[in-house]
Order: sequence, then C-alpha cells, then structure tokens
Amino acid sequence: MADALIEAQSLKKYFPIKLSLFSRLRAKKVPAVHAVDDISFEVESGEVFGIIGESGSGKTTTGMLLLRLIEPTSGSVLFKGKDLTSFSDKEMQKLRRKMQIIFQDPYESLNPSMTVYGCIAEPVTVQKVATSSEEITDIVTKALEDVDLVPPEEFLYRFPHELSGGQRQRVAIARAFVLKPEFIVADEPVSMLDASVRSSVLDTTLDLAEKLHCGFLYITHDIALSRYICDRIAVMYLGKIVESGKVDEVIRNPQHPYSEALISAVPVPDPAARRTEIVLGGEIPSALSPPSGCRFHPRCPYAQDKCSKEEPPLVEQPAGKSVACHFPLD
Amino acid sequence: MLEVRNLKMYYKTLRGYVKAVDDVSFGLEKGESMGLAGESGCGKTSVASTILRLLPINAKVVDGTIVFEGENLLEMSKEKFRKEVRWKKLSVIFQGAMNALNPVRKIGDSISEAILCHESVTKREALDRAKRLLDLVGIGAERIERYPHELSGGMKQRTMIAMALACNPHLIIADEPTTALDVIIQAQVLKVMKDLRKKLDLSMMLISHDLSIIAETCNKCAIMYAGKIVEYGDIASMFRKPLHPYTGKLISAFPSILGERKKLSFIPGFPPNLLNPPPGCRFHPRCPDAREDCTKKEPEMIQVGKEHHVLCHRVE
Repeated sequence: MADALIEAQSLKKYFPIKLSLFSRLRAKKVPAVHAVDDISFEVESGEVFGIIGESGSGKTTTGMLLLRLIEPTSGSVLFKGKDLTSFSDKEMQKLRRKMQIIFQDPYESLNPSMTVYGCIAEPVTVQKVATSSEEITDIVTKALEDVDLVPPEEFLYRFPHELSGGQRQRVAIARAFVLKPEFIVADEPVSMLDASVRSSVLDTTLDLAEKLHCGFLYITHDIALSRYICDRIAVMYLGKIVESGKVDEVIRNPQHPYSEALISAVPVPDPAARRTEIVLGGEIPSALSPPSGCRFHPRCPYAQDKCSKEEPPLVEQPAGKSVACHFPLD
Repeated sequence: MLEVRNLKMYYKTLRGYVKAVDDVSFGLEKGESMGLAGESGCGKTSVASTILRLLPINAKVVDGTIVFEGENLLEMSKEKFRKEVRWKKLSVIFQGAMNALNPVRKIGDSISEAILCHESVTKREALDRAKRLLDLVGIGAERIERYPHELSGGMKQRTMIAMALACNPHLIIADEPTTALDVIIQAQVLKVMKDLRKKLDLSMMLISHDLSIIAETCNKCAIMYAGKIVEYGDIASMFRKPLHPYTGKLISAFPSILGERKKLSFIPGFPPNLLNPPPGCRFHPRCPDAREDCTKKEPEMIQVGKEHHVLCHRVE
C-alpha cells in the first residue's frame, strides 16, 4: 500500500540461548528462541491496528522491533517508505520524536524519583523542541490537560507514588504524546487498571491519537476489548501471524482454528449468552523448537497429515482477510 | 450453609480505622456458587480472609456473625478452627498461584502435607490420594514428583485446586483464581472448576474483579463497593436488570465479544478512602443519579425480588 505509515517486511527476531563455551563448541547450531518469525503487515496513518495473542506469542517483541528498540535478526521496517534498519543512531534519535511507546505497567515505567513535570519535560528537552523554561512549562501543562489531569498545576510537582494507577498511566500517555508523534505503540496500556477506569483511559488515548491522525499499534491479550478500539487486528501464535483482517470479520467469522478457539475462550459478561466453547488442550509450545509444518498442528482439532509437514503461507481471503491455514474454516 | 450477618471488620492503622468490611450480609446454600465482585480495594479479599480467619494482627472483627454449617466461626477457638474447619470443610484457592506454592517442595509433598495435617493416614496413603487428585484436575499422577518451577502457570493453578480439594471440603473460596492466566488457560482452569463442582457437589465462592468470569461460572452474585455489598441476587436477574447504579455502570464497562459494538462506559472519580468514607450512600459522589437524601442518609438493604437485594435510596 502506498500510504502505509509503517510497514514490517518479513520481520524475524531470534534470541540465541546462552551456552557454556564447551557446549557452544559442540553444538552444530546455537539454539534460539524464535520470538518473531517472518511476519509482515502495515499500519496506516489514523488507523488502530491490534496485535492479539497469548503470552509468549511474540506480540511485545513485534512492538519493540517496529520502534527499533531491539534489532531484527532479518527483515526490515519501513517508516514512510524508508528502511529504519539502515538508519544510523543519530538519524534514529531524530526519528524517535515521531515514534513513541506506552508501556504496560505504569508502576514501573515512570521514574519514581522524577516529578510528573520532569517526566513529561524530559522528551521535550532531549529533542530540543523547546528551550526556555516558560515554553516547556506551557507544553507540559497542555499535555496534562490533554490527558484530563486537570487542573494541571495540581499534578505538576507530584511524584508517581502520589498518583493512582489510572493517573500514572495518564502521565505515561502524556509523555508519549507530548512530542506529537506520528506512530504510537501501546503495549497492553490498560491491563493493569480496574474495569471502571479502563475505558476512560482508553478513550483519552484514542481521542489524542485521532486528533494527531497517527498510526496506532495496540498490543493486547484482551480480545473483547480489542473489538471496541481496533480497526484491523492480527492474531499471533508462536511468532507468526495466523490470521489478520478487519476486526469484526476476524471475531465474527474466524477462519483459523486457533483464532476460533481463542475467541471462544473469552468469557462473556452476560449469563444468558449461549456459545460454543472450544477448550484447547495443552499449552503454547516452546519457541525454542517450534513444531514443524503449521505451528498450531499439535493442538489443532482439525489437523491433517499435511499440517505437520508443510508450513501454510498467509493467504488472502475474500472480505480483506488473510489466513495462514491449509484448511481454513468457513 | 454459610450465613454471614452484619459483618464488620476494620484494620487499625496509625491514622485510624480502615473500614474494609462494613456491615456485610449474605448467605450461600449447599451446591451454590456465588461470585463476589468489585474494584480493587473494595474489600473482597478481606471478606474471604475474615471467613477463613486468616487476618493480619491489626485487623479486628468489630461486629457480626459467620455461621457455617450451624457453628459461629468467629466464636470458635483458633485451635478448633484449624483442626476441624479450615481445609477439612472450608478451603481456599489463593490469588497468584505462581507464588502460592512452596518452591522447594515437590507438588505431591505439598498436597499430601495438607492431608497428613488433618487426617491420620500414612504417608503412602496420602501420596496415593495426591495422585488421584492430580488426575482429577487433569495434571496427571505421573507429575507428582515435579517441583513448581517445572510446571506452567495453568498447571500450578490446577495444583492449587487439587490442594484445596485434598480433604474433601464442602466449600471452596477461590480468590481471583485465573487473574494471571491467559484466556485459553483461563478457560481450561474454569472448566476444571466447573466440572469438579458438579462432580463433587461443592459450594463455591468466587472472588474476582472480572464480571464476565462470574457471569459464566456462578449462579449468584454480590457486588461490593467501598466495604459494602451494594447489590446481591441471582445472576440472571442481576445482569438483565441491575438496580444499583454502580452495578449497571460496572457491567457496561466490560467489553463483550458478542453483540453490538458500542462505546464502553466508565465511572468517573475514584473509590473513596475507607479511613473516612463519605456520609450517606458511599457511592453518591460518583453516582449520576444521586439525590439529596443520598448524601445524608445511609440506604438500607431492601429486597426487590425473590433473592434480589439492593442498597439504594432510588429503588422503590
């Protein structure tokens, strides 16, 4: 697509296992965790793209790769058509202004010895957006207002421990948005918050993203929630995208057996709801030595011979979906 | 079977009493499963620890009774409670199974310890029973020699369930049993719990902040807010027609994978500080429909349906 803001092309990330010198000499091949294994997708400006999956499926690694917080093993990331992996550190630092991340845990992502003012002012001074202290204060106050921490004067000189979980996450969001980025990665931004404040924090974030018309990558394990906020989603299993497409298409009519099982496992807050429940046996296999062929075949209720031998490619389906399965469901 | 009446439990702190459980009443019949839901800090876990008498020293039960199978647990001596009730009749599945198991003991030993403490059986018999329990929860008897670090999160949680079942209790209190687990593993664990409940005719109290889990596993539900139960009743009528504004707001804050895609609602403001809760109805500062009497007079629990109770001035 021509207007893709950020594009991942056959991105791979293997983390080699640390071995003793002796076993390293003996080993033919250093074993590695296949965290992300050949995935491609793109996010457009103004779009919310969700990556969903269980823990260990490689969602977070994908987010970090897109921002080049870690180096890919192979593959490339294109930001507005330019390959990030070829950028020097200096060029990258300039670009950081345009790409930001919101982490999962607001209790750990904020420096406990910095005030709210310090936290939000730091990116502004590092990127030299403003130099005079009045200017910086203006920017920080505005950022706090944007995330509904009002009146801002009341929050400026507080420390993270003086804030509630929801307020901390709002500070983290203000920090991510203060430089008016074009691309944001949000890694489970509300999973630590109570249900009653979760949706208000999300609303604030998405309103800001919409105002700036930025691309938004939302990483989550909460499929029900992803339905309310994402335009498109990709389901990941063991480092691979198994299904992607418009959020309603994927959730209403999953075609990969894994997405089907994942979606059917989500509890529904309505005791009258009747639904077919597919409870998968076993657990996600080790990413050290992923199963041959289709990675899902040992747990798949519909697996056939072909599935253990050949790896299914991600094939485009009608209604704008892509599915990586030899025998997609109807 | 379990009847909690006007229970008040306060934590003593340097700044005064934190009214963590304030005038809580509910009942649970045999074979029933009840959900206890609410935001963090509303007193859910405090209710459970009071019933199990696992309170820290600064906690004080100020008033109320907990009658379990005809006996008041609060008047029983500590020793008698430990020997005759805890684990034999009333057991618990703790929050965060990851950390609840002893890391230096094999899981078989952990389970058989519970049996050996309460029954006069030989070590061999206890281990045999531990094996059967591991089969029952779907871990498999062959894993009896494993240490907790060799098991995945879902298996540790099932080990906790096996441990809770060790002495054939009548009531199990599960405190956030699936909070740290992935959806698929969560579905597996909940299925094990549901099946066992039917098979062994157990009663269960499920404490969770996640209303969707309660909707799926329980037949009764109580919603707590700031140390009080604000609404309680059978699950169908509560979810179909929530009467307390807090219940309604909380239910609509949960996303559903089915049905229409609408904007999720949220509750403005914060839960109150329990050192000094607001006068009148505790929810009034955040309530969209608060009237004048809500700020002054404390509402009383009224019965609206066969088993449906609500604590709100606005309900007639």
